[in-house]
Amino acid sequence: MAVIGQAAPPRRRIRWRRHFLGYAFISPWIVGFVVFIAGPMAASVYLSLTDYDLLSAPRYAGFENFERLAKDPSVPKALFNTAYYTFISVPAKLAVALLMAVVLNMKLRFVTFFRVAYYLPTVVPAVSAVIMWMWIFNPDFGPVNLTLRLFGIPTPGWFWDENWSKPAIIIMQLWNVGTQMVVFLAGLQTVPEVMHEAASIDGAGRLRRFWHVTLPMLTPVVFFNAVVGIIGSWQVFTPAFIATEGGPRESTLFLVLHLYRHAFQNFRMGYASTLAWTLFLIVLIFTIIQFAMARRWVYYEAEAR
Amino acid sequence: MTQDANPVGSPAGTLTVPPPEHGSWLVRRYGVERARRYRQVGLGTLGYLVLSAGAAISIFPLYWMLITSLKLTGMEFLVPPQLVPNPFAWSNYRSIFEFAPFHIYFRNSFTVVFLATLGTLLSSSLVAFGFARLRFWGRDTMFIVLLSTLMLPEAVVLIPTFILYREFGWLDTLLPLWVKFWFGGAAFYVFLLRQYFRTLPLDLDEAALCDGASHLRLFWQIIMPLAGPALAAVAIFSFVQHWDDFLHPLVFTSSVDVRTVALGLRSFIGDEGNVPWNLLMAASTVSLVPVLILFAIAQKYFISGIQLTGLTGR
Repeated sequence: MAVIGQAAPPRRRIRWRRHFLGYAFISPWIVGFVVFIAGPMAASVYLSLTDYDLLSAPRYAGFENFERLAKDPSVPKALFNTAYYTFISVPAKLAVALLMAVVLNMKLRFVTFFRVAYYLPTVVPAVSAVIMWMWIFNPDFGPVNLTLRLFGIPTPGWFWDENWSKPAIIIMQLWNVGTQMVVFLAGLQTVPEVMHEAASIDGAGRLRRFWHVTLPMLTPVVFFNAVVGIIGSWQVFTPAFIATEGGPRESTLFLVLHLYRHAFQNFRMGYASTLAWTLFLIVLIFTIIQFAMARRWVYYEAEAR
Repeated sequence: MTQDANPVGSPAGTLTVPPPEHGSWLVRRYGVERARRYRQVGLGTLGYLVLSAGAAISIFPLYWMLITSLKLTGMEFLVPPQLVPNPFAWSNYRSIFEFAPFHIYFRNSFTVVFLATLGTLLSSSLVAFGFARLRFWGRDTMFIVLLSTLMLPEAVVLIPTFILYREFGWLDTLLPLWVKFWFGGAAFYVFLLRQYFRTLPLDLDEAALCDGASHLRLFWQIIMPLAGPALAAVAIFSFVQHWDDFLHPLVFTSSVDVRTVALGLRSFIGDEGNVPWNLLMAASTVSLVPVLILFAIAQKYFISGIQLTGLTGR
């Protein structure tokens, strides 16, 4: 940690002024935190203990919402679907993004063209992307099934088949890994060339250099992408809302979609808040586990020095 | 495999090193020098094939979106598909504005994106400056609080903020979509900018303050002009985030007058099975343009901006 300038004059008044200055600079965040995060969270705890339909005043309901949560047959489904999505899509996206970043980090001709080409899907607005993939996966006239039919391979119903709806959403998400890719690319470019040279003088081939030099140096980036990716994927909403509306047979009913329906279609704010806290606890647990495990595999150069 | 695909020669300084692929049949047949050359050409070709296949998969949906947007109604799904629309139905791009008030959607989206991004840039850099270059009681604790809000699922505060905005009378206006971002932007951007600010030498502060500049002036005239790449990265992230946002407009707005482009696109999928695909694709294409332009302009700052934020552990 760098020590910040101006050796503090001993006089109290000046020191007080310095603290005031600090708070003045971060005051927008303090206000924002209280009004838009801490306040709402506290309200959410209260709401989860009430029955509130927005029309009449909230009615204190004790733990009724939690009992309802335990009995709601859609909750286990939503949990399963969201977990399924998270555990497959996050590692798959990381792998694809890393692979792309490694290739695009090479000193190739036309590399800028390829970088733009690979990043392009990411700038497509999510809604457009989902709509486009509804057509790509259309069972009758979508290009995927047309191609499969050409080779005589059985054609799944994708979004319209309960066994294929989740894989379809995952494949669709694999198409726009550009953000993770860029973060990986940024990380790759900071791996010192010297280390590669040293390893290759020691006789390490390209694969071994990647495995023993590049990858360990990249673990902080992998960690960052994994944490952000898992938090994001527990909140998956748009693809299911637009393409499948949670179906068929609730096979793409994700937690946030379930929450959205209760909150903004059935106007059960209390129960929806209970669902929100369930989501929050899950994300919290996963994040804590990841940070606890990080010590075993994430390598920070600064610490080793 | 990807590492093997590197067609570029070994880095300078490794010439004296015996090639690790000593005993392969290529070497036996052609000798060390020619074997290395052939291997490079072979791997290079393979690498480009894989790269091009990936690029094709990446771009194909966009290409299809573009050509479908130019097809006449009813010609979208001919088998075999038309790879080039015949005739080019440019009128589709006029029709989308007749189908739905897209000019209103665009105006709304631009308003939200502009105000939210401006607020994010100003407020998150102020806050980041405070955390990065000033010392005050509780600074580190508060920074940890800020970081932990990164892990807070948006859905947790969605319901209470909905009720809050309802109290404010902000529902069905654009206010919920941007006002919040004038208060510290988002934690992630504060984090990025703080990391960046910390890489700038502290001598700058001392020199400026010795010359009698205020902290605000130091921030605005010395630090901010040096933060171009990081600000560009934040601007791109923020622009895309707000342009893309679907959930918040869906929850906080309802009438057509305040509808954003992302929501407007969905209005094309009205009744099941009756989607005007060519118009939908035309509208999607148009919705892509602003982000593409921004990315083309700011692309070169983007990666360096992320790198310098120390996200990568160094």
